[in-house]
Order: sequence, then structure tokens, then C-alpha cells
Amino acid sequence: MSNRPKDAITRYKTVSRLNHWLTALCFVLLTLSGLAMFHPYFFFLSFLFGGGQWMRAIHPWIGVTLMASFTGLFIQFWHHNLWARHDTEWVKNVDKLLVGKEDEMPEVGVNNAGQKGVFWGMTILVPVLLLSGLIAWEYYFGHATSIPVQRIALLIHSTAAIGAILIWMVHVYAALWIKGSMRAMWRGWVTPGWAWKHHRKWFRELVETRSNGPDPNPKPGNRA
Amino acid sequence: MADLQSQNYIRVSATTLTPPATRANVEEVAKLIDVSRCIGCKACQSACMEWNDLRPEMEEFQGSYDNPHDLNPGVWTLMRFTEYENTSGDLEWLIRKDGCMHCEDPGCLKACPSPGAIVQYANGIVDFVSDACIGCGYCIKGCPFNIPRVSDKDHKSYKCTLCSDRVGVGLEPACVKSCPTGAIMFGTKNDMKDWAGERIEELKERGFENAGLYDPAEVGGTHVMYVLHHADKPSLYAGLPDRPRISPIVGLWKGLMKPVALLALAFAGIGSLVHAIVAGPEEVDEEDEAAARQEIERVERERGATS
Repeated sequence: MSNRPKDAITRYKTVSRLNHWLTALCFVLLTLSGLAMFHPYFFFLSFLFGGGQWMRAIHPWIGVTLMASFTGLFIQFWHHNLWARHDTEWVKNVDKLLVGKEDEMPEVGVNNAGQKGVFWGMTILVPVLLLSGLIAWEYYFGHATSIPVQRIALLIHSTAAIGAILIWMVHVYAALWIKGSMRAMWRGWVTPGWAWKHHRKWFRELVETRSNGPDPNPKPGNRA
Repeated sequence: MADLQSQNYIRVSATTLTPPATRANVEEVAKLIDVSRCIGCKACQSACMEWNDLRPEMEEFQGSYDNPHDLNPGVWTLMRFTEYENTSGDLEWLIRKDGCMHCEDPGCLKACPSPGAIVQYANGIVDFVSDACIGCGYCIKGCPFNIPRVSDKDHKSYKCTLCSDRVGVGLEPACVKSCPTGAIMFGTKNDMKDWAGERIEELKERGFENAGLYDPAEVGGTHVMYVLHHADKPSLYAGLPDRPRISPIVGLWKGLMKPVALLALAFAGIGSLVHAIVAGPEEVDEEDEAAARQEIERVERERGATS
């Protein structure tokens, strides 16, 4: 943290960042191996995993790891993602965001409505993917359910996976587009100007309680 | 059998390319199983094990003549016994030799995600190429007849090859060779249909009004066909599907879903790219930092004034 400015605000604690990047790693590996098994265009990706057999063998285990890892994210972040009235207002004005007029939108707390959408989308899809994936896991559960059930599970699994990948693409693009986001997730901190520009309500909460993030202090005290 | 016959493929799993199509006029073959002539001796099961060097594990008696109780990676054909009481109250012992039907439109091949792991030869035989098999079990989901079995040991899927190695050198399948009653015949599909037609006439003369050929059109016909005394009710024969077809769920998953998903992903990717080029990145500038500093100072001033 040598070049962390004195007035920087902590956006993500170290444990959150580790947890996030473990989840991200799992998700990327699952996407690569999953797409390889979904469409012949992508089958060449199986070589990344040591061939089709290894890819087939490891995909479900990465999935189980993702579920565990995502559960960690859920526990840490669910309370930041509860929907509020200003989120609906924000969504109605999302066109302004896309053309860089964020100033004209409602002030945003720790997460904006888009981020909350990503969170809840994944919160629904990850367990759906795990469950449908377990049903399709030939080695352990090939005889646990009937073949018609497994067919439905695979249709649900691939549909949910495409949905999750689309959400992930939005998530990644937003992180690349909003400069400072990647540093927040790699290094953990943002500048006051960044918080002011993108999460003004959150910024105000921190300033009011003399907190330097990520959560407001319960009682007003000294800025740590 | 792997690449020896690769110029003979007419269908290859998980590929968007046209399989080699130079060879023409390869006659389609078929195995005809005349259920009415079968005596249930299981010579075909033994011959299958013998030719293919299969030695499945010994099982416990399950209270049925079916032995072993189901197909498995080492059991590619199996006599299934059904005791059926017909409408005049007589017992009929229906014995069906179960195994891969070698569909003209194979559901296993449609479902398979691994390029070249399932192929169909010009003569109609559907074969699993173990080299390319990844052990996912999608073929099991694709099959309308519940035939393929994935081995727990080597994670490869297995089923009847119709002795493609024997047929390739002009021999008949091992089960055909072994059958003592001539209940299993092998030849061109047309010849087998003709043969079946004669046999069905005989059966009808003997009073089996509903005798007929099982060559289900829903899967484009099969390269293993049955002569059934009760062709109006195939399910009497240990659950042979009355109208087998590739599940519409599999059709959706392997059909419409694939292009739609690719388009959606491409749309998201291209959309992001266009936005990145047109709108550009969203950067925090010095004005924002100044505004943030002012805000902090304002709050601190107010705090000072009230305390």
C-alpha cells in the first residue's frame, strides 16, 4: 500500500478482495470449460484444462468451489445490496449514466442499482447452476435422478450459465469503464473524488461518521 | 474403431464442418431381430462378450431372467424378458434383445459435446470413438432408448458398435453369427425390410394381426429393427419406446439455444466495445477531488460549530 494516498477511502477489505478474486477465477474457469462443452466453436478451450477428460472432471469441482466462495461474498455484501426506492429512480435514469451524465442521476450509496442487479442476479443463478450441475454430474449423480430430469437440468444449466456470463460481461465492462474500479478491487482503496463522483451517498455517510470506509462508523469518532 | 474408416463418416458429433463426403453409393445396413423367433438362449450376449473382449463383473441374482440386470459398460446387448398375458388369457414370453438401435438420426451424436467422439458411417452404423470421449454422459441424455453407459473406471461411454470392425471387413456382427434360430439377421437395410415383410405375413397368417416391423420414423428409422408380434404396442417388450424421439428438451438445448446464446454473447461483447469507443472511459478528475475535499471540510466545519 506504499502509494496509497493519505486521504484514500477503503472500498474493499483484504478478505473481501481475496474472496472476490477467488470467485472471479472460478467463474472464468467455469465459463471457459462450460462454453467448451456448450458449443463446438469453443471446444478448443478444453486444451487449457489438459484435454476434454480433465475439463469434464474438473468443471464440477470448480463449480462447488465457486458456490462456497460466492457464499462468502454473499455474507459480506448482501446488506449493501438491499433495494431502495432511489435504486428504482436510478434505473429509470440509466441512459444518463451511459452518456456520462452521472451528475444528473440520484445519489448512489455503496452500490448502485446496476451493481445490486449483478449481485442479485448472481445470487439467484449461482445456486441454480450448482443444483442443475449436480444433477448433470455423471460420475457421482448419474443414477440419482431420471434421464428426463437430467435433460431438463442441462437445459436449465446452460440457460442459467449464459445468463450468468452476460451479467458477468456487464460487470467486467463496467469495471473497465469506470476508471478506479479495478484499483478498488485489486488494492482496496479509492480516492475521495471517486467516491464523490460515483457513490456520493456512501461518501457522505463515511464523512458524516468520520469513517475511511468501507462502512460508516457506528458512532461518530476519530477518523482512523 | 477409430480412424480406419474416417472417410466413411456421414455424421460427426460436435462439429460444424461437413464430414468427408466423397464416397457414394454405400448401402445402408441393418440388423433385423425377429423377436418371434427368439428362444432367449443368450448366445448373442455371449458372442458379443467374446468378440468384443468384454468381461463384465458377476452380479447377484435379481429375481429375473435378465442377466445381468441392465446394460453396462461391459454389456452392450442384453436379453430382456417380459411375461405378457394376452387378451385371450394366455401367457406370452416376450424376449427382446436390447442394445443400441443405431438410429438414422442419433440422439447421442446430437447431444455429444466432443468433436468426433460419436460418428455415423455411411452404412448407418453409429460408433463411439473412445479417444475423443470425455465422459460427460450427454449421450445418455440424448439417447431415446436409454442405451449408452459411462464407465466409472475409464470415464468412457460404451454401447453396441454393431461390430463395425467386423462389418467393415465384410463379416456379419458376432451376435448374428451366433444366433441358433436365425432370429438375428444382418444385411442391407432394404433386404432386411423385405425379409421382415415376409416374416410379418407369416405371423399374420398365424393369428398375430398386429405383427409388424419396428423401424421408428421419429428417429429417421433405425439400423437395428425388430419384428414384433405386437407392433401396435412396442412398450410390451420391456419398455421399448412406442414412439421414440430425441427429447424436445435436448432439441432445444442442442438446437435453438446454441445460436441464440452465441448471438447474446456477441451482442454484449460488441455493445461493450462500441460503448467503449463512443462514450469512452469514465474518469475522476481534479474537480471531483476538489468537490470531495470541500464536502469533507464543510462537514468538519459544521461539526466544529455544533460541538
